[in-house]
Amino acid sequence: MLAALYRILALARKELLAVLKDRRSRFSLLLPPILQCLVFGYAATYDLTSVPYAVLDQSRDPASHDLLAAIDGSGVFHRVANLDRAADIATYINEQRVVLVIQIGQDFERQLASGKSAEIQVIADGRNSNTAGTATSYVGAVVGTFNASWRAAHGGSGPAISVTSRAWYNPNLETRWAFIPSLIVTLTLNQGLLLTAMSVVREREDGTFDQLLVAPFRPVEIMIGKTLPSMLVAIVQATNALLVAELWFRIPFAGSFVTLYVGIVVFLLATVGIGLFVSSVSATMQQAMIYSMVAIMPFSLLSGLTTPLSSMPRSLQYLTLINPLRYAIDLARRVYLEGAGFGVIVSDLWPMALIATVTLSAATWMFRRRVQ
Amino acid sequence: MTAATAPAPIVRGRDIAKQFRGAAGDVVHALDGVSFEIAAGSLTALVGPDGAGKTTLLRLTAGLLVANSGSLQVLDIDVAHDPQAVQSRIAYMPQRFGLYEDLTVQENLDLYADLRGVSKEERRTTYPGLMEMTALGPFTRRLAGELSGGMKQKLGLACTLVRSPELLVLDEPTVGVDPLSRRELWEILLHLVRDQHLTVMLSTSYLDEAQWCQHVLVMHEGRVLAQGAPNDISGVAAGRSYLAEPPAGQKARDLQARLLDDAAVVDAVPEGGLVRVVCAEPLEHAAAPIQSLEGVKTTLTPPRFEDGFMILLRRVATPRSAAPRMTMDEPAAAPAGERGAEAEVAVSDLVRKFGTFTAVDHVSFEVQRGEIFGLLGPNGAGKTTTFRMLCGLLSATAGTLRVTGVDVRAGGASARRRIGYVAQKFSLYAQLSVTENLDFFAGAYGLKGDRKRDRVAWALRQFELQPFATEQSGRLPGGFKQRLAMAAALLHEPETLFLDEPTSGADPQARRDFWRRITLLAAGGVTAIVTTHFMEEAEYCDRIAVMDAGHILAQGTPAEIRRRARPIPGHETTMEDAFIAIVETSRGVDPTERSPVTESP
Repeated sequence: MLAALYRILALARKELLAVLKDRRSRFSLLLPPILQCLVFGYAATYDLTSVPYAVLDQSRDPASHDLLAAIDGSGVFHRVANLDRAADIATYINEQRVVLVIQIGQDFERQLASGKSAEIQVIADGRNSNTAGTATSYVGAVVGTFNASWRAAHGGSGPAISVTSRAWYNPNLETRWAFIPSLIVTLTLNQGLLLTAMSVVREREDGTFDQLLVAPFRPVEIMIGKTLPSMLVAIVQATNALLVAELWFRIPFAGSFVTLYVGIVVFLLATVGIGLFVSSVSATMQQAMIYSMVAIMPFSLLSGLTTPLSSMPRSLQYLTLINPLRYAIDLARRVYLEGAGFGVIVSDLWPMALIATVTLSAATWMFRRRVQ
Repeated sequence: MTAATAPAPIVRGRDIAKQFRGAAGDVVHALDGVSFEIAAGSLTALVGPDGAGKTTLLRLTAGLLVANSGSLQVLDIDVAHDPQAVQSRIAYMPQRFGLYEDLTVQENLDLYADLRGVSKEERRTTYPGLMEMTALGPFTRRLAGELSGGMKQKLGLACTLVRSPELLVLDEPTVGVDPLSRRELWEILLHLVRDQHLTVMLSTSYLDEAQWCQHVLVMHEGRVLAQGAPNDISGVAAGRSYLAEPPAGQKARDLQARLLDDAAVVDAVPEGGLVRVVCAEPLEHAAAPIQSLEGVKTTLTPPRFEDGFMILLRRVATPRSAAPRMTMDEPAAAPAGERGAEAEVAVSDLVRKFGTFTAVDHVSFEVQRGEIFGLLGPNGAGKTTTFRMLCGLLSATAGTLRVTGVDVRAGGASARRRIGYVAQKFSLYAQLSVTENLDFFAGAYGLKGDRKRDRVAWALRQFELQPFATEQSGRLPGGFKQRLAMAAALLHEPETLFLDEPTSGADPQARRDFWRRITLLAAGGVTAIVTTHFMEEAEYCDRIAVMDAGHILAQGTPAEIRRRARPIPGHETTMEDAFIAIVETSRGVDPTERSPVTESP
């Protein structure tokens, strides 16, 4: 047992050396994920200017007029229409003439005057979730400023105006805050899978695999020795992405690192299992690369990273149940943004653990079969 | 040109120098003042150890490199100024010719014809000739990747010749090619020179090939040591070549090892149960009697090209004080008594099929402890497949095999710990340094602590790898890669060592060093099983088996095998003659065309 452990360590050490010794390979492992994180982070949102919007002002009083003036004066929004009927909202949003519609109810002024919280509604086009989310939050910001000056002038407590927002076609608006934490796990998927798949096939191509097989390694030892370094590298990459999220994008980390990393490790187990499987069915590095890419695409698309799961066709939603990334993203978001503990994320952990068991067993079986 | 009898030289080089910047930023003098001429219609060979500058000189001639100084005229064109003009009139085949393995023979040929702008009409006239010459006609629809090593080289040659060149430049065309295919390739080259009056310039590490050439350049570390007809080079050793008969009860290779350690001896190789000795001075003129030859019966023998070559090399190279002196830390193998009289390696009725193709067909042999056993055969004979089964890398279809008493495949880790395997291709981690590779393999075999440190230090010392300890192993010169591979396989002191074509592409000195190590290991009780393409290396083995098409055709001591050669009047029969006779007889008996499938699946 100790001898096996020693052999595994020797192999893992060699793997890390092979990957990290070369300056170029070191860069290619560590730099691209950080760059991806930055680029995707920015791609996820826009600095919005002249967002087209429409107003359905059913109150038509000085207060609503002041509020709309503040929105128009923010420099972000560009009012393209004043609507008369609620039915027009659908037309404007459907035809993508506006990103959002602000609806001010009839008793807006009255509620304000009575010191109660007056409500306005923001209806956003959820199809472009990121724009919609940001635009909605800008409305919120303008309203916040308006509230502060209103209270200063009129007294009272609590928000003068509250915003309720509804996004059509996409009720759960995705924003950068939701996007970047999910990148932490998505990027580890790419690297964990690719690195594992390549590490075995490269040896097969170079002829060094035979040399491993004539050494006293058992197949399982080779598998562990191969996957440990990939997982280690992937964890470092996850950490880099985490640092970018916290330090660059200043997204506050609400949860516990232990919880997050436990989740990442379970997710990686499922991932390297797929990587090993890919390496068992590929004869060349080129094949391994293509198979990995073929696997990564649907994993990313069916994970809820860019498209909310709830807006997918039902059949595809069932398919997402076997996608480890789906659970990992949910887990990352919850831990990162909501500060969820183990009790909450256990619903994400056990499916991933189950998937890991299946992929690792399949990989072991395939691996042994190839070796025999 | 004044002399009408001597054709004008087709290549003229004067004081050519070429430097490269080494990995560590140092300057490597690949060529240092080389002057030479190549006569039209002649066959010229460049011979010399690794790093002599052969490839550099060929690449300069082909206009692929530009010399730092000196002049080089090819076809009366200054190749440095107009490489394009030269390249359109010559053909160059590099060491690893770029065949597209996923394309068929015909598609490869067409591709190169397209690249060289050969018209459809020209192809109609050249293709049949090329096909006939290379005997590839029946295989036009076979994928290039499925050809044997020899056929690949022939296809490469055919692709090189799609446009009739005025000068053919070949870089080690016969490396990794079995003796039969090697002979065929040479017949093609000789035909080209003799009948088509083509001028050929090539490099080779097979010194016996020099005898086929009109002109030879002996190179060493960027300089030309000598040039002239092959006989001029052999003549250097005139009166200094002897055949020595080992005293009764002594093996030829042991006498050879002793002779090699003697400073007065330039070279010694086993030959037909005797030892061919090349002395620094003729024996009768020697100042002092050669100690290692005392009590040994010697007879003067006509010198071979190789003898002269070794003398020339000796004059400039450091004497062989650096010859390997293998010391074993402890007896490598367990006492023989432990397993009784059982053979170290026992194979009986071994069969391996790949689909319908039988790669190994009822092969049986036994190897005793401390024996050196040679497996000889053309590409596709089943040698590598047999090796892979013995090492547990491949399962046998039928038959039994035992290595150190167990089937390695079933024996698991403990059985594998008792064998060492050096693959045909360099198969260590190219991106890791020498020490990192050794450390890894030591760890893989469970060595740790002091023991590991000692063994790695031993390997660095024994294989003289210390100067390269931190060098990336992929950047090592060929001979040192081979040493590293062997060092890695010996770290755990295996009882049986499998070496698959360990000397392929190695220069003569490296090959002697290699065999010296093997001899010492065998003396220490290690069993060695070796495949080789160098037939004369069979002389180092205790016993050899000749394989072809999955069968063992002959088995016995080198002397027994040698007797199977068809005697050629006025020509000393060699191991290679014997080999070719055995294989051709066997193929003649069974006239069905042997399927030239590569050995590995």
